Amino acid sequence: MGQTLTSKREKNALVWFGQNWIFLFLLFLVILFSFVGRGFFSPKTLNNILISSSPALLLAAGEAFVIITGGIDLSVGFVRGLISVLSAIVMRDLYALGYSPAFAISVGIIVGLGVGLLPGLVNGILVAKFRVPPFIATLGMYGIANGFALRLSQGFPISFVPPQAREIGNGFIAYWFPGKGISFFAPPEGISGAEVRHIVGIIPYSILIAGVIIAVFSFILTRTQFGQHTYAIGGSIDAARRAGILVDRHLIKVYMISSFFAALAGVLSVLVFGNGAPTQFASSLELFAVAAVVIGGASLMGGKGSLTKTAVGVFILSVLEIGFLMAGVFPFYRYIAVGAVLVFAVIIDQVMPELVYE
Amino acid sequence: MADQKVPLLEVKNIVKRFGGLVAVNRVSMEVYPGEVVALLGDNGAGKSTLIKVVSGVYPPDEGEIYFEGKEVKINNPMDAIQLGIETIYQDLALAENLNVYSNIFLGREKLKKWLGLVSVLDHDYMHDESKKVLDRLGIEIPSLKNKIKMLSGGQRQSVAISRSIYWKAKLLIMDEPTAALGVAEQRKVLDLVRTLKDQGVGVIIISHQLYDVFQVADRMIVLRRGEKVGERITKDTNSDEIVGLMVGAELVEDSKGEEV
Repeated sequence: MGQTLTSKREKNALVWFGQNWIFLFLLFLVILFSFVGRGFFSPKTLNNILISSSPALLLAAGEAFVIITGGIDLSVGFVRGLISVLSAIVMRDLYALGYSPAFAISVGIIVGLGVGLLPGLVNGILVAKFRVPPFIATLGMYGIANGFALRLSQGFPISFVPPQAREIGNGFIAYWFPGKGISFFAPPEGISGAEVRHIVGIIPYSILIAGVIIAVFSFILTRTQFGQHTYAIGGSIDAARRAGILVDRHLIKVYMISSFFAALAGVLSVLVFGNGAPTQFASSLELFAVAAVVIGGASLMGGKGSLTKTAVGVFILSVLEIGFLMAGVFPFYRYIAVGAVLVFAVIIDQVMPELVYE
Repeated sequence: MADQKVPLLEVKNIVKRFGGLVAVNRVSMEVYPGEVVALLGDNGAGKSTLIKVVSGVYPPDEGEIYFEGKEVKINNPMDAIQLGIETIYQDLALAENLNVYSNIFLGREKLKKWLGLVSVLDHDYMHDESKKVLDRLGIEIPSLKNKIKMLSGGQRQSVAISRSIYWKAKLLIMDEPTAALGVAEQRKVLDLVRTLKDQGVGVIIISHQLYDVFQVADRMIVLRRGEKVGERITKDTNSDEIVGLMVGAELVEDSKGEEV
């Protein structure tokens, strides 16, 4: 009796570990790099991690929806680039025509997000109606989106967007100036020169935008009928169909969510970097998105995954990148580390027991 | 006795062809409420095709279908479900990654308002309702929060049956319900079929396991090469005779006057 109680407690501990190890692992990485990376544990670096993670968070969150249905979306990286270029062009041209920065930026964002739904619509129709395997359908879109982005941009970054764009992308909710107090939405006035360096930003807008949108979609995934059907389709597409779920329509919506998130990442990158740029071929953004989703506990077979843990997966990848950099380690070790973490995550998922209710 | 009531399901002279092959040739049968009818036959006899006609997967080429005395057209699975004809295929069609009550309510989830704004899943309601239907059928599953993949084959079968019953199945069609189960679990599923029968549900069972069929069926219909070759009341027959009908080896004297 005592034996079984102990083994049961052990089993519950393993279940807990299997479900929560990535939170511990992220914490471990932050502590590790705080010791070995010079200046890693500072508001500036942590803000950098948050800002640079924001577009990646969006890409991975959209990817998570698709992976939960048992599909994959390889086009997200280049859709991001295409929308980045497109919305930057709209912003630049409207601004050049004399419209106000607010108008130019707003229209640029709206056009970007609107056009950003199209790649997902096409992917979804190909997958659901024409039974094209998701890998192939989205690989096609991968090339198409990249081609359009290069055609539009001629391969160069789109500059001369209204300078206010960068202020949004790199702004903070609050600014803290040690010894002088805190100000909201704009840096404190009357501080000049070298002193500016002492201002500490609190919560970047970019992470706020990404965070709020991911929180909303996480709610949709975990609490609503739409989310339940997403998991059901990934678990068994036949069961979903026979239960009367409109699977085709649902899949189209899921691929549109994915490309909408990619578009949002593209728009956000214009705001953060102040220009629009096609995605570099070697950047493998879509593969990092898939990696983050899988580190977050999803299976490429579909049926499982979580947006919260996907976000943690993205932070693990960002912390590895910036941490290695600041620890003075050769950057290519980062790829080795990411690969190792990815495989480790899948192994943990395979060997740890599942939660069983009595 | 049963003949005085209106049949729950009556099919007349059903023909289904696939190209030149006649898979079901002028077969008629009926099922009464609270009756268990077994469809027997060797591989390729046309059993599966016949039930797929009834469940709306294949519209028939000829013949009529009556449900509760009225002629009906069943052109797709949704038509059948709306009439109260539920089919449980061998693969059960459960989402293994979802828990028991989520599967029972799959596609027909119960929703509630969250903060008066958004419709969210009402887990408590679905859990309690599922518990009720499982209790009514005498099914024991430790917790309905467990995912289907944690359950045994018999438990999965029970969940699939409960789902049909919860959604008011009047006629339940079961394709090889005991094929993949252990002995103890087979017995539980057969008990469940008897419970359904007592509650007035009509059941059609396709099975290769004659022993099971003799346990639960009231009547047996034997098909061979798409044609109905015999129909027997269970208590008036034995497995030798049924096997004989299935393989076509019955002695001419034995079957004189009984063959259709």
